[in-house]
Amino acid sequence: MERMALEHVVADDRDAGLFRVHRSVFTDPRILELEQRRVFEQCWIYAGHASEVPRPGDFQSRRVAGRPVILVRGDDGVVRVLLNTCTHRGAEVCRERCGNTKTFQCFYHAWTFDTRGQLVGVPGEDAYSAAFDREERALANPPRVETYRDFVFISFNRAVQPLVDYLAGAREYLDLVCDQSQAGMEIVAGTQEYSMRANWKLLVENSIDGYHARTTHQRYLEFLVETGVDPAIARGRRRGAGKALGNGHAVIDNEPPFGRPIARWTPMFGEARRPEMEAIHRQMVERFGPEWAFRMTQTSRNLLVFPNLIVNDIMAITIRTFFPLAPDYIEINAWTLAPRDESADHRALRLDNFLTFLGPGGFATPDDVEALESCQRGFLNHEVEWSDISRGMKREQPLIDDELQMRAFWRQWHALLAGAPLAEVPVDHAMAVER
Amino acid sequence: MKATEHDVTRAEVEDFLYEEAALLDAWRLKEWLELLTDDATYEIPSTDTPDGDPKTTLFLVADDIVRLRSRVSQLLGKAAWAENPPSRTRRLITNVRIREAEGETLHVTANFVVYRMRMGHTDTYVGRYEHILVRREGALRIWRRRAVLDLEALRPHGKVSIIL
Repeated sequence: MERMALEHVVADDRDAGLFRVHRSVFTDPRILELEQRRVFEQCWIYAGHASEVPRPGDFQSRRVAGRPVILVRGDDGVVRVLLNTCTHRGAEVCRERCGNTKTFQCFYHAWTFDTRGQLVGVPGEDAYSAAFDREERALANPPRVETYRDFVFISFNRAVQPLVDYLAGAREYLDLVCDQSQAGMEIVAGTQEYSMRANWKLLVENSIDGYHARTTHQRYLEFLVETGVDPAIARGRRRGAGKALGNGHAVIDNEPPFGRPIARWTPMFGEARRPEMEAIHRQMVERFGPEWAFRMTQTSRNLLVFPNLIVNDIMAITIRTFFPLAPDYIEINAWTLAPRDESADHRALRLDNFLTFLGPGGFATPDDVEALESCQRGFLNHEVEWSDISRGMKREQPLIDDELQMRAFWRQWHALLAGAPLAEVPVDHAMAVER
Repeated sequence: MKATEHDVTRAEVEDFLYEEAALLDAWRLKEWLELLTDDATYEIPSTDTPDGDPKTTLFLVADDIVRLRSRVSQLLGKAAWAENPPSRTRRLITNVRIREAEGETLHVTANFVVYRMRMGHTDTYVGRYEHILVRREGALRIWRRRAVLDLEALRPHGKVSIIL
């Protein structure tokens, strides 16, 4: 493929109503290098959920934005993110996946750090000069760490705007998830750790794509019919909207054909579960009023928090994040989020409903993986230069199966890649100003 | 261990597991279903929670027999795109042990390596089976079928679209 000038890789023709993306952005390693610096090191990146480290000393070690980090609740109760590299020679100070500890000790020379990251032990410290400063050799933190309703984000951009501002219109949709329990939401044990031989941006598009449901996921929709869902509803066109939420965040929002374990009953859940779901719905109405309660319980949402966090509150809630290791390979981690205080039966039903559709063994995600890997193979035909993302571009109110929400992602991505500082991306790029 | 006190031999269990594997490799999934009881379950825990319980832990697969039958008809239909066209698979099953036997119920473990060949890639699933077999009308049947992966993650496999 001819190397395109960066300003031309996204062709956004609002007069004609045409939007195209040059396929080199999915295949060119130079694009990936730029993305590391101008997207992943500029933006807020989801690192984990505070409920994953409930007690002082609890930790989770993982990769975030390609780096080994430790999500840890210090002995002071504060949730921190520590960069998992010894300040002495570089080895990881934590090599367990998760656990509870008082200290992190590097096994190479036994430098020891507490759960706040402070250096508390150096064997043979008398060998160091007076200039040796323990405090300077504390474990490093990402330059910025902020939390929104237990969602912990990090940024390698010291000048990034505050997380709440960055989230823009995505806050409303996170609130629709977080308000589902008075006791708070928690990540459930069990991580779906998988991968895709495809570019990371294909998974962004796919996670908020309402157009592919009736084709790629027809076997899931037929499964719904088997479980008692009205065929006209399962096979019918879904009503709902695609929205741009600012800063590249986007959502599709609709009333779905499937049940939702919070309080949208469906025959598959069985009559026994119905009274509890109706009671939850009534409680939600009392706490929040009918409109917010309806949206929380009866509607579903596929939310993108730019660039690589997906919160899909659909058959259950999945938190999914992913990171590219190559233009054509990503690692994906997915969890489920649930009300802390739900009954054991409700939790079991939620987990069961999750698996009908979601995850690498569900009745949908494997077909998405197949589709995206197939796109990536198709890109080998580099004579075919463009992908089309124009759907619904001239429509007054873009629908759930239009592509406005993807264009919102691409406009932000393009502005950042072209070198615009995050805070200076014009709102017009990020929001739905298409007409 | 009571493994020597019952009347089912390891050879019999091995024959059964080999036959089961051959049916899966041949995509004779309807016949494979007949090896399961009417209340069978099929589970694959997430790779970080191999000892989990699907009522409290997020799994990769936790099918009851109704969903498993649906999975099979989907896999044999045209719209399970992840397996249409179907992968080639080859299962090696070994280290078969009868861990416990009570009457007609056998707790069996075995090691597996399942190769999936698809679209130019060979992906290898490694793990162990933790099955509970029962004898019904003289024949062995699977009541609990659990495939516990030793993989640290489904990488680079991406999915478990075949039956493990």
